[in-house]
Amino acid sequence: MSIPVSVPIQWYFLLAGALFVIGALGALSRRNGITIFLSIELMLNSVNLLIVAYARVVGERTGDLLTALNGQILVLFVLAVAAAEAAVGLALFIAIFRGRRTIDVNRLNLMRW
Amino acid sequence: MTAIPIRDFLLLAPEIFLAVAGMAMLVAGSYGRDNGGNGHRGCSVCAVAALAMTGGLVFWLQGGREVPEVILSGMFVLDGYAFFWKILLLIAATLTIFLSERFVAEGGYRPGEYYALILFATTGMLLMVSGFNLLSIWISLELMALSSYILAGYFKHQLKSTEAALKYFVLGALSSGILLYGVSLLYGATGTLELAGLSDALSLAVAAGDGQVLVALGWLLLAMGLFFKVAVVPFHVWTPDVYVGAPTPITSFLAIASKAASFAVLVRIFYQGLAFLTPDWQWLTAALATITMIWGNLAALTQKNVKRMLAYSSIAHAGYVLIGVLTATEDGQWAVLFYLAAYTFITAGAFGTVVLLERRAYAGETYEDYAGLARRAPFLAASMMIFLLALTGIPPTGGFVGKIYLFAAAVEAGWVWVAVVGVLTSAISLYYYMGLIVQMYLKDAEDTTPEPLYAPGLLATVGLCAVITVLLGLLPGPLIELAKGSLLPLP
Amino acid sequence: MANYIPILVFVLVAIGFLIVSLMAARIFRHGGKGGTNADPYECGNEADSLAHDHRFSIRYYLIAVLFVIFDVETIFLFPWAVMFDRLALFGFIEMMVFLAILVVGYVYVWNRGALDWA
Repeated sequence: MSIPVSVPIQWYFLLAGALFVIGALGALSRRNGITIFLSIELMLNSVNLLIVAYARVVGERTGDLLTALNGQILVLFVLAVAAAEAAVGLALFIAIFRGRRTIDVNRLNLMRW
Repeated sequence: MTAIPIRDFLLLAPEIFLAVAGMAMLVAGSYGRDNGGNGHRGCSVCAVAALAMTGGLVFWLQGGREVPEVILSGMFVLDGYAFFWKILLLIAATLTIFLSERFVAEGGYRPGEYYALILFATTGMLLMVSGFNLLSIWISLELMALSSYILAGYFKHQLKSTEAALKYFVLGALSSGILLYGVSLLYGATGTLELAGLSDALSLAVAAGDGQVLVALGWLLLAMGLFFKVAVVPFHVWTPDVYVGAPTPITSFLAIASKAASFAVLVRIFYQGLAFLTPDWQWLTAALATITMIWGNLAALTQKNVKRMLAYSSIAHAGYVLIGVLTATEDGQWAVLFYLAAYTFITAGAFGTVVLLERRAYAGETYEDYAGLARRAPFLAASMMIFLLALTGIPPTGGFVGKIYLFAAAVEAGWVWVAVVGVLTSAISLYYYMGLIVQMYLKDAEDTTPEPLYAPGLLATVGLCAVITVLLGLLPGPLIELAKGSLLPLP
Repeated sequence: MANYIPILVFVLVAIGFLIVSLMAARIFRHGGKGGTNADPYECGNEADSLAHDHRFSIRYYLIAVLFVIFDVETIFLFPWAVMFDRLALFGFIEMMVFLAILVVGYVYVWNRGALDWA
């Protein structure tokens, strides 16, 4: 089963790259903790998109199902680890909020001197 | 569908055992009401026992291998290199638990969670140094990192601790995303995630022409993620704040175990996975090593807080270790192993001294708090002096021997200028390490200067580290032989 | 070294994008602050109160965190279910081990009282 008109890999590359850069910039420049967090998730998911696209291309290039499967397995693991990361991050934000009533990261400056 | 032989799981028994021990401790520690930190001694004894048994299993099942054995469909490899790091990491984790005694008791939280997280992080490190596939390496790295984030914020009612954890988390997650992006690009260029075939596949992809940019971007991003983990300038910004804010035993854990494991993975990826790109990563590493040594040492000069000074010193030392990495020779490689092994004891001892002087709410960390320590606690002051001399690289300590071999390897491999920068920056570092020694030996204590804590277990740990530091300086032979027997094939 | 020129171009383009987008935002953004601009949008109606006044209980976030983990970890069940026949007994045992690990986490969470609503 093949899709007659397939999207070229370059488009995926550009889309994933754009999402990744948006995520990275957001993580570095935003002040609200939750927004930073969403940006990081965006980065990880752009990677997922890219890997899935590559898995298909690699599978077609080599004609070997197993190499294509490697990429798809990687995506599953990235999803699972991202969920664990999300849980740790949210828990940390809760802990911070309990102590300070804010999650504005610009106000987290106890140790700068 | 080829089934994985049961034997592979048996060979991985040490890691499995450690993970199960961690889970058992987590569940056992969660029963009953919040007991205000009681039972920490039982927990720490159990944790040390678990680490010791894991060490025994590592010796029994994974030791003495001449030929590397790849297990679990290429996910992990058992070789002398992994064996060396596993033993070192288990020792580092044990030292951390010895240092934790007072903190966990005073913290007032459930001790089971603390020790369970240390065991989980150690499991991640053990798997990491055995990882032979970018997927397994990434997951083990995340296991270590996620446990470390929580440990850094373990004092959840202290604002500094949670702030450190959050900074560590945000930048750690960012770097892990960058690393993963690099992995995905390399996968797209080569179609493989296995380190064994990666280098050849890379050369094919570059030869084919269209994969050049993918390969270049991919390995650069992968390297960036790794450099973040070992805290190399300019990827070091998280280090000072996290080291200051985290509970001191955890700071020590990050500085010795986390750093050693990350270096182990960095060397394995560079030497085995990116062998084809050796000149490229050599230049990148040389540039970063130079900036790291200069910046780390200069920034340490201006610090007034001892923990923060040690954080910058830890950054600078990552630069020294990179010198050995970039040579890509056997001499450079065993110098890295030796240096990180010596550094483990030196740093654990230095942070142990900080633990003994520290009071609740992070008091007792400034240089002034060390004034007149030689008179108040001669043994502690002498130990701290040994660690500081070792960090500077003055004989007769393990730090001196390690630095000499690193620089010698660099000169032999033709990287003279990097070695020169190393020597010059070591001279700079003399100034701030000496500042602390002067405080301890020549200044008088004020009335407000805190008294060091009397904790026999902690004192014994610090003393042990001091003895080993000196022994490694006087008799480095056995450890050098051990390191020489644990090398990876050269790229 | 020539391989790295495209990357240099990438970096320059990224920096250029940053500068251009920030400048564009500065030039084109609406000048006025305050007034109706700061009001919350409520389908054209006057807002009763600020969203800040209705905070969710922290319990809610705790449950959300736990849900995220247990929900996403089940992702591994799908490929296993698809390949159930071929993975046979070995796959079954592995999946039971995986579920046992999840149960350990569940027991821990239960013991710690994170599931109590009181």
